[in-house]
Amino acid sequence: MTTSPYSRTTPLASRSDLEKNLETGFKFLTLTFALGIGLILLAIATVIFIRAWPAISTFGLGFITNNTWNPVTNQYGALAIIVGTLVNSFVALLIAIPLGLGTALFLSEDFIPANIRTVLVFMVELLAAIPSVVYGLWGIFVIIPLIKPMGFWLNQYFGWIPLFSTKPAGPGMLPASIVLAIMILPIITAIARDSLAALPPELRQASLGLGATRWETIFRVLVPAAFSGIVGGIMLALGRAMGETMAVTMIIGNSNRLSFSLLDPANTIASLLANQFAEASGMQVSALMYAGFVLIVLTLIVNILAELIVNKVKAKY
Amino acid sequence: MTAADLKKQKSDLRTLFGWLMTGLSGFCLTLTVIPLFAVLIFVTIQGFSNLNFNLFIKLPPAPGLEGGGVGNAIIGTLIVVSLATAISVPIGVLTAVYLSEFSGDNQIARGVRFATNILSGVPSIIAGVFAYGLFVATGILGFSALAGGIALAVLMLPTIIRTTDEALQIVPQDIRWAALGVGAYKYQTVLFVVLPAALSSIITGVTLAIARAAGETAPLIFTALYSNFWPKGIKEPIATLAVLVYNFASVPYKGQQQLAWAASLLLIFLVLITSIIARFFTRKKAY
Repeated sequence: MTTSPYSRTTPLASRSDLEKNLETGFKFLTLTFALGIGLILLAIATVIFIRAWPAISTFGLGFITNNTWNPVTNQYGALAIIVGTLVNSFVALLIAIPLGLGTALFLSEDFIPANIRTVLVFMVELLAAIPSVVYGLWGIFVIIPLIKPMGFWLNQYFGWIPLFSTKPAGPGMLPASIVLAIMILPIITAIARDSLAALPPELRQASLGLGATRWETIFRVLVPAAFSGIVGGIMLALGRAMGETMAVTMIIGNSNRLSFSLLDPANTIASLLANQFAEASGMQVSALMYAGFVLIVLTLIVNILAELIVNKVKAKY
Repeated sequence: MTAADLKKQKSDLRTLFGWLMTGLSGFCLTLTVIPLFAVLIFVTIQGFSNLNFNLFIKLPPAPGLEGGGVGNAIIGTLIVVSLATAISVPIGVLTAVYLSEFSGDNQIARGVRFATNILSGVPSIIAGVFAYGLFVATGILGFSALAGGIALAVLMLPTIIRTTDEALQIVPQDIRWAALGVGAYKYQTVLFVVLPAALSSIITGVTLAIARAAGETAPLIFTALYSNFWPKGIKEPIATLAVLVYNFASVPYKGQQQLAWAASLLLIFLVLITSIIARFFTRKKAY
């Protein structure tokens, strides 16, 4: 019997202890860091809650329903600021949703050649890459002067509507919302386009085969099928809008007065923090932390909902 | 029904509706893309006239004076962003390695991915408040470049984890089997085979994260603060381009405003170039 060329003459070296330890050690290291991510998230909420505690115990829930922000008498209530945050995001969404969906529909259909579409998709992505502070600078020098005459016009002819009941002061809710809308457009567009593109082509084919036109297919088949994805994207955009700081701070006017008019200066939680944090001390820091905590809770709720909705869509197709 | 009836009528209400909607959605696209060009053109026009060599090597002038440069902010941005990168890349890459290579998509991995997504939704100013509350207010660091770097690192983490995770998952399974088959340990497979194979995509992701971080202002205004002088060290307040733009945008002095525009142009240039390069590199796939 001939020996096989594959038979071994020496036994396999057994694995050294060092290497075995390296193996388990490395795996443990990666696991530690992975768990660290959850820890960071927890730490953010905890640190801010602890720092906010003096204000939370002093003002309680009255902080949310009162409207005084007075560092001199140490009385703090953030009603106008919280309302400002919500109105600012809501108006921005009102502008961005139709524009974003229209853009997404146009880019998910084959109206223009695929390579031009790729370039346009990239351009919309680039909108998200421009730093917030640059949008702010642009807003101060371009959007505010551009919007002001429109504000006067709105006030003159629609002044009986509370939303336009004051003369524009320059910086204010309306220009801030417009710039914010530009900043969240890429998120809405990208996610809506992705959810439309992820639909099985059979849906479109079946609808067209039954005699529907392109736009009947879009409105009655594609958009309903991609609906939860689109809503998820809008929720993510809402979360981003509520936390957006620099551009809004530079344009919104930073007034803590509660006003119905979109043409008046207003304030958001994020811009309040940006404005007052560096110079604050004592109870004011605590009150600012409380406002920050409210912002965390708001964005967490919106983001978790968005995440759940988007995940549900991924599971569907 | 004759064949003529089946032909699409140009005046048909449904056809008209289609045309109208096509036009409307095209209009939406135009309105969406206009701001990109408006911002780019305006910043280029305003910033370009102030671009000169002094911009890179001089300090900002005293209020009311013209000239000078943003040299301290350029170096400051480099320092703060380097610190943030040094903190976030090891954590992010190792987390992604766990997710993609060791977890087997278990409950922990799903939890960590969820946490990553939630972390990416945390407002940038909150990252600043967090770093302030943990390091500045406690006196551990005080207002410093390092505190700013930590705040930026929190914001960079989700991008790095996500892109690395995706990059690792694209690496074909055969390569891992081949490495394990010749007797490599799992850690050797990951460190010497899988990570190098995914390296270019990981670098792309990190570059994008760095570009975004360089433009962030909110987390820095009360952590790194600002300084009108050359950086003194990572435990001292430091100037960054983004904070400089914010500070100088709101002052009534022409010289300061001109520097703000020039600094904006530098920032946009930096971010756009990295985005375009990153985009170009993701096109070329190793596998």
